[in-house]
Amino acid sequence: MKSKLLPFSVIIIFVIIFFIFYKGLEDSKIYTPDINTKKEIPKFNTKEFFSGVNVKSSSIFEIDKVYLLNIWSSWCVPCRQEHPFLMNFNLENKVNIIGMNYKDKLNNAENFLNELGNPYTEIFIDLDGTIAIEWGAYGVPESFLIYNNQIIKKYIGAINQEIVDEINLLIK
Amino acid sequence: MKVLKFFLIVILFFTSSAPKADEADKRNKITKNLRCLVCQGQSIYDSDSEFANSMKILVDRKIDEGFTEMEIYEYFQKKYGEWILYDPNLNKNTYILWFMPLLIFFLGGAIILKKLKKKHN
Repeated sequence: MKSKLLPFSVIIIFVIIFFIFYKGLEDSKIYTPDINTKKEIPKFNTKEFFSGVNVKSSSIFEIDKVYLLNIWSSWCVPCRQEHPFLMNFNLENKVNIIGMNYKDKLNNAENFLNELGNPYTEIFIDLDGTIAIEWGAYGVPESFLIYNNQIIKKYIGAINQEIVDEINLLIK
Repeated sequence: MKVLKFFLIVILFFTSSAPKADEADKRNKITKNLRCLVCQGQSIYDSDSEFANSMKILVDRKIDEGFTEMEIYEYFQKKYGEWILYDPNLNKNTYILWFMPLLIFFLGGAIILKKLKKKHN
């Protein structure tokens, strides 16, 4: 009986280790952000893009309105691709699109808007990228659908027709 | 008098630089334990990406605001989830990781004890 204990426990340990490694195989090794969490929007102080006036986040986002916060930059190539979708969105006038200009030079950003149009009802500046981190973002472009000061959904990467359709469904 | 002056300077030098050195250590420790989410296998400390640089600025700001190390981790964990920490906390997903070495240690110990007893008998 005693001699059976050793092989038995060895087998048990191997089974447990196998189980752990097998479980580890299934997990994604790439960071997959949580996109469906309902979180309160962060509070921050920043500057308005055109005037350079100090603004508070509470004065940008009002309760009972739907907002799409779009993080963009003139140096970001996918931002160029998503821009026409934002322009169309603005024409339909269903959501207020707020722009967060991420780590950009003012001149370049202005040229970008002059060239491609300005879909934003308001733009504020994030010069050192810290406001984007307050939002839980990790790059450009990234968009947040906001209602009642809560993040309803987060879109990582460029906005495309599929996302536009989804947003239209969500805000109906 | 000269000796006194010298000592005064030395004391002043050490007292003024010590907290700063502590702060730098704290900053390094924290940034080494935060994962750069846009890089592969790099910490914030190692990386020079846009994301990592912004994170470093924010860590500095939080230290200046008087946040403790744990509070800073909690702050980032709330925004990005457990994945941002290299040193995972004990929770339902990581308890195997924490207790497995202990379990193996005790099991091994038990086996050795049994064998020893057998030999004595």
